[in-house]
Amino acid sequence: MPANIIQPNTTPLKRIDVDTVTLDIIENAMANARNEMDAVLIRTAMSPGIREQGDAFPMIANHEGKMVVGQFGSFITGFTQSYGGDIEEGDVFLTNDPYMCDGAVSHLPDWLVLVPVFKDGRLINWAAMFGHMSDVGGKVPGSLPTDAQTIFEEGIRIPPVKIYKKGVLNHDVLELILHNVRMPSWNRSDFNAIVASCRIAGRRCVELADRFGDDIFASALGMMLQRNYVAMREIIRSVVPEEKRSFEDYICDDGAGLGPYTIRCTMWREGDIAIFDFEGTDPQAPSSVNYFLNEEMFKMFFGAFTINLFDPSILFNDGFYDLVDVRIPQGSILKPNFPAALSCRTHLLGRIFDVMGGLLGQGTPDAMNAAGFSDSPHFMYSGYDSKGEWFQLFQIGFGGIPGRPIGDGPDGHSLWPNFTNVPNEFVEAYFPLRIETYETITDSGGAGKHRGGNGIRMAYRLLADGEISIHDDRWLTYPWGVIGGDPGMRSRKELIKANGESRILPSKCDHIKVEAGDLVIFDTWGGGGWGNPLERDPATVATDVLKGLVSVEGARRYGVVLDRMGKFDAGDTAELRAEMALSRNSDDLFSRGGTIEEIKARCEAETGLPAPATPVWKTSGVH
Amino acid sequence: MSFRLGADVGGTFTDLLLINDDTGATYTAKVPSTPADSSVGVLNGIEKICRTSGIDPKQIRSVMHGTTVATNAILTQRGAKVGLVTTRGYRQVLHIARSFVPGGLGGWVTFKKQPLLAPLEHTVEAIERLSAGGEVVTPLDEADIRKQLEFLKDAGIEALTVSLINAYVSGVHEERIGEIAAEVMPGIPVSLSSRVVPEMQEYERTETTVVNSFVRPEVSNYLNHLETEIRARLADDVELSILRSDGGLANGESASYTPVNLLLSGPAGGVAGAIWFCSRGGFDKVLTFDVGGTSTDVALIENNSARLRRETRVGDVAVRAPSVDVRTVGAGGGSIAFVPELTRALRVGPDSAGAEPGPAAYNKGGEKATVTDANVVLGYLPASQKLGGEMALCVDLAEAAVQRVADAMGVSLKEAAEGIVRIANEHIFGALRLISVEQGYDPREFALCGFGGAGPLHANALGILMGAWPVIVPPSPGVLCAYGDATTRVKDEASRSLVKNFSELSLDEVVGLLDGLTRQVSASLEKQGIPANEQTVIWQADLRYQGQALLLTQDVSPDDLRKDGLELLQKAFDAEHEKLFSFSLEEDRELVNVRAIARAPRPNIADRVWEAEAGALADAVTGHSPIYLRGTDYQATLYDRDKLCPGHVVPGPAIVTEMDSTTVIFPDHQATVDKVGNLLIEPVGYQGKE
Repeated sequence: MPANIIQPNTTPLKRIDVDTVTLDIIENAMANARNEMDAVLIRTAMSPGIREQGDAFPMIANHEGKMVVGQFGSFITGFTQSYGGDIEEGDVFLTNDPYMCDGAVSHLPDWLVLVPVFKDGRLINWAAMFGHMSDVGGKVPGSLPTDAQTIFEEGIRIPPVKIYKKGVLNHDVLELILHNVRMPSWNRSDFNAIVASCRIAGRRCVELADRFGDDIFASALGMMLQRNYVAMREIIRSVVPEEKRSFEDYICDDGAGLGPYTIRCTMWREGDIAIFDFEGTDPQAPSSVNYFLNEEMFKMFFGAFTINLFDPSILFNDGFYDLVDVRIPQGSILKPNFPAALSCRTHLLGRIFDVMGGLLGQGTPDAMNAAGFSDSPHFMYSGYDSKGEWFQLFQIGFGGIPGRPIGDGPDGHSLWPNFTNVPNEFVEAYFPLRIETYETITDSGGAGKHRGGNGIRMAYRLLADGEISIHDDRWLTYPWGVIGGDPGMRSRKELIKANGESRILPSKCDHIKVEAGDLVIFDTWGGGGWGNPLERDPATVATDVLKGLVSVEGARRYGVVLDRMGKFDAGDTAELRAEMALSRNSDDLFSRGGTIEEIKARCEAETGLPAPATPVWKTSGVH
Repeated sequence: MSFRLGADVGGTFTDLLLINDDTGATYTAKVPSTPADSSVGVLNGIEKICRTSGIDPKQIRSVMHGTTVATNAILTQRGAKVGLVTTRGYRQVLHIARSFVPGGLGGWVTFKKQPLLAPLEHTVEAIERLSAGGEVVTPLDEADIRKQLEFLKDAGIEALTVSLINAYVSGVHEERIGEIAAEVMPGIPVSLSSRVVPEMQEYERTETTVVNSFVRPEVSNYLNHLETEIRARLADDVELSILRSDGGLANGESASYTPVNLLLSGPAGGVAGAIWFCSRGGFDKVLTFDVGGTSTDVALIENNSARLRRETRVGDVAVRAPSVDVRTVGAGGGSIAFVPELTRALRVGPDSAGAEPGPAAYNKGGEKATVTDANVVLGYLPASQKLGGEMALCVDLAEAAVQRVADAMGVSLKEAAEGIVRIANEHIFGALRLISVEQGYDPREFALCGFGGAGPLHANALGILMGAWPVIVPPSPGVLCAYGDATTRVKDEASRSLVKNFSELSLDEVVGLLDGLTRQVSASLEKQGIPANEQTVIWQADLRYQGQALLLTQDVSPDDLRKDGLELLQKAFDAEHEKLFSFSLEEDRELVNVRAIARAPRPNIADRVWEAEAGALADAVTGHSPIYLRGTDYQATLYDRDKLCPGHVVPGPAIVTEMDSTTVIFPDHQATVDKVGNLLIEPVGYQGKE
C-alpha cells in the first residue's frame, strides 16, 4: 500500500513555462543549497569518518521524488510506494536497512535520513542524505565483520521509521538505537548533523519557492531534469555502441577462502536506451563482501562518470534515468538474497568504477583510464587506552589514481569525491599510536607513457594492547594498465611484533590481537599505467627518480638508464628501449599481469598468502 | 601639523590618500601602477600627492600600505626556490596533500595537480620524533641534518621551511634545525612551522609555512627597499606599516618575517575603507561587495569590524593564516557570457576577458560579450562615461557582442543583456548569502555597501535581491582601499594551541596562559610606540565539541573571563552552535586555541568639512540617457557626484557619475547624500528597519 501524503493544500503545482535566465538562476541556487548541505554536515559531524573523510552523500529531489541535485540515485518513489503510513509536515524518516529501501543504502553503517519539505500545506521537495556511522553494533567494533553470514550479525537494523513525527523527536526510538552501538555520542552528533543538513536544504527550497513562486520553482526543477535527459541522450548515442561489448573485473576474495569473484557486464544500445546487463557475474558470497547494487544508483554512477568525461559543467541529476536499463541477476554478488551479509561491500562498490571504465573505454581509447584506486580499504584498531578508556579508530586508505589520457595519475589520492585523510597529528593526539611512515610507495604506480599513481605506505606504531581489523583488496588481481601500460603494484599488509617477528596479514581479517609496541605496515595499491612506457620522456622519468617516486631500478621499466647522479644516459637508454620494444606486446588493450590461473599459481610465492578457491553457482539457473 | 598617508597598489592604478591628522582634510592622487617594481609607483604617487597638495613630505609621520606583492608571487608562481625539512617518514606530506581530489564522482578523471611550492627534490627528512604530547621520542640527529642542509644549500634554495610532526606542541627540534641552518646557509631566511602557525594538522601547517618561505624573499626585498626610499624622502622617523590580511597593521620587520599574513592585504584595505565610511554614517552592520574586473569580493561587518576567519585562500593555495573573511566569486565586469550548445543555458564567468583584450566595449580586440558590455547595452554605463576618466566606451561593439548571445538564446538584444546582468548579480548574491544567511545572519538587518569600479553599478539590484537597505555607495568607491589603509589601527596577536577538554582545565591555568600571551603582544605594540595604557586587549578562545572539525571563535574580555570563569566560554559556544546549525549538544567541549589581541586606539581623524551653502540639486545634472529595466525603457537623469552635497536626494531613474565609478539608481528608488558624502539608496517610501 503506498504512503498517504497528507497535504492540507490540495491545489496541484502547475507546470508553466520558465524563461532561461530564471531557470539558470534556480539551477545555480539549487547547486548552492546542495553545497551548503555538505558544509553543515562536515562542520558539525563528529566521527572522523564523516567529519574528515566526508563519507556522506546528499541529495534534493523535486515533489515527485526525482533527484534534482546530488549524487545518489533517488529511491523516494520506491519509498513512498512501500511505506504504509502517513507522511506529513515535520516528519523525518530514518533507515539503514538495504533490504527495506531497495539498496538505496547498501550496508547498515550508512544511515539514511529523508525529509519531506512542505510549503503552505503542500509537498514541494524532498531532502535526503546518508552518512557512514563509525559503529552500528554487531559482532565487531566498526560493524564491518568480514565473516558475517547474515545481516543480523552486522549491527542494529532500522526499518524506515519516523524519527521525528510532525516535528517532535521520537526520543525512545533514538535511545533504543543508540543503546545498541559502541560509540553513541558519535552516532548522536552525526545523526543531528545529517538532519540539520536536510533541514537547511528544505529551508533553501522554501525560500526559492517564495522568491519565484511555487509553480515557477517546481516547473524549473522539472526543466532541469529535462535538460539532463536531452544532454545524456546525446552522450549515450556517442559512447554506447549498438553492438554488445563486455568487460570483466574481480574482487580478489571474500575473506572466507573463496575468490576471485567475477563482475561481468555487457553494454549495448537499443535506440536511445543504454542497456547494462550483469549476466555472468558470480554468485553471492557466504561472507559480507556482497554489494546490493541499486539499479538507479548504477545509473547515477554511469551518468556522473560520463558527464565528467564529456562536460563537467552540467548540474547533474536523474532526469535521464529512463534512458538506461540495468539488469542484475538475482542471487548474484550484486543482488544477493535476504538475509545475506552486506557490511563489507566497499570493494565491489569501488570495483564497479573500474568495470565501467573498462566498458566505456574500449570503444574510445582516448577516453580510457587504467584501473585506479577503486576501493576504500579500512584499518580499524580498538581497545582500552592507558586511562582505561575505550578507543576505536577507523581509517580509510588512499592509493594511486590511474594513468589517464590527460596525464599521470596523482600519487596517494582518493577515487571518491570529498574524501580526505585524517591528519596524522589528530590521530596521534586522540588515539594510542604513532604513524611513523606516511609516504607513497616508490615504483608502485604502473609504468606507462602516463604513469599510474603510487599507493601509500602507512606504518602504525601501536601503543596499547587491542585488536585490529583490515578490509582491503587487489592483493591478488592487479590494477590493470591500458593501451600498453603496465599494471600497478598490489596491496600488502604486515604485522611486525615488538620482538621482531613478522607475518603477512590477509587482506580481510578481524580480531587480530596486537600489543603495545607492534608495528602495522599497510601498503595500498598503485594505479595502472596508460600507454607504452617506452614512449615516456626520459627526462620526466629522471625527475620522478629525483622526487623518490620511481627508483633507479624502476626507471628501467621505462627503458630509461640512469647514472648514479640521477641523469639519464641517452645512449644506454636508446639501446635498452630498442631491446625492450622487441619483446613488448603493445597491442594489448588491457594488461592484467596474467590470467587468473597464472596469478593464482604464483600467489603464495609472491604474496605470502595461499590462493583462494574459485566460487561457483550452487544451482544452475538461479538467475 | 602631521599627516598620514595611505597607499594602495592595484592592478592598474596606485591610489594614494593623504589625511591631515588635525583637520581631517584629505588629498588623493592616482598614478599608474608599476608591476615590475610596485614601490616605484608608490614613490611616484608620494611625489605627486605632495606636489599637488603643497604639503611638505617631512610632515608625513606614518605611511600605511596595502600590498599585493605576496599575493602576486603566488598567482604568478614567481616565489622563492623553497627547501623543506620534514620528520623522517613524512617527506611527501605536501605531495599527498590529504589525498583530496576536487570535483564530484569521477572528478579524478580530469583532475590536474598543481606543482608543489616546495618540490620533493628539495625536501629532506630529519631523523627526530616528538610524541603528540611534545616529549622527545627520537632525539634530533644533528650530524645527519647538517648533511641534509648542505645538500639543500648546494641545490641553490633561496628560503627554507622546517615543519616537523607535532611541532605545534613543541618547537624544540625546529629551533635547533633553524640554528644549524643559520650556520650552514647564512643569509637564507628560515621559517619554522612552530613559530609561523603553531596549530595542529601537519599538512596545513607545512603548506602555510612553505607559502611563507615562498613569498618571503620577494616581500622582504620589496619592503626593505620601500622603507629605505621612504626614509630618504620623508621624515627620518617615518613609520611604515603594512596592512595584514586580518585588517590589522604590522610593522615592516614583522611583515617581513611572516608575509603569509599579508596575502589578502589588498581586499582587507577595501573592507577597512568601507568600515570607515559606513561607521561614520552610523552603520555598524554592513555587507560589502567589491566588484572588480574578473571577480567580486564580499565580506561581513558587524560592530564596525570585519568578520574574520582563520584561513586564507589565494587561487588554489589555502593557508592557515587569519584574514578578513572575504569570499571571492568569479563574476566581475570582464566575466564572459556564453551559451553552451548542449543545454542552451546562459552562463556568465568564471572566464574573464581580463584587462587584455577586455570587454568588447573597450575596443581593444575583445569580441566576447562581458558583464560590462551588458551594462553598456542597458544604458547603465552611459556612452558619455569615460572609464578611469580616460577610456571611451564603444556602444556598437558592445551591442554586437551581446547580440551574438541573444541570437544563441533566441531573445532580443536587451533581454539578453539583462539576463547577463541578472546572472552576474545572482553570483554575487550567492556569495553574499554565503557570508550572511549561511552563517546565521539575517541580511535584512544589514546595510549593503558596494564599491570597486563596478560595485555601484550593481548596488541597487543587489539591494533588491538581499532586502538589505540602505545600499551605501561611499565617496570615491574606486580608491576606498587607500582610505582603509590610512584609517586602520595597529594590532597584534599571539596564540597557543591547547586542544584540551574543559574538565582537564582550570581557570587559573587558562588565565595564566592568556596573561603570558598578553604580555607578549603588549610589548610588541609598545615597541611600535603605543604605551600599554592606550592599548585595548581582548582574548579569544577557539572551541568545539570533542571530536568535531569545526572551531568557533569566542571573544571575551579579560575581566569577564576572570569574573565568570570558563563556563562563560562554554555557554557562548553552545549559543553560537545553536545559531549556526540549529542544535547544540551535551557533549564535552574542548578548548583548542587561545589568543590575546592588543589594539592601538583608532586614529583621530576629523570628518570632511563641507561648504556651508549646498548648491541646488539641479546644478549637478549633466544630462539624460536611456536605460532598460525589466522590459521597460526609462529616461535616466545623469548627475555629477562631485556636485552632490549632504542633504541632496537624487530620485531614480538616475545615474551618478564620478571619475572612477558609476552608480545606477532604479525607478522607485532614491539616493540620499549623508553627512560624510555616502550615497544611501533606498526604495521610495522605505520605512526603515523594523
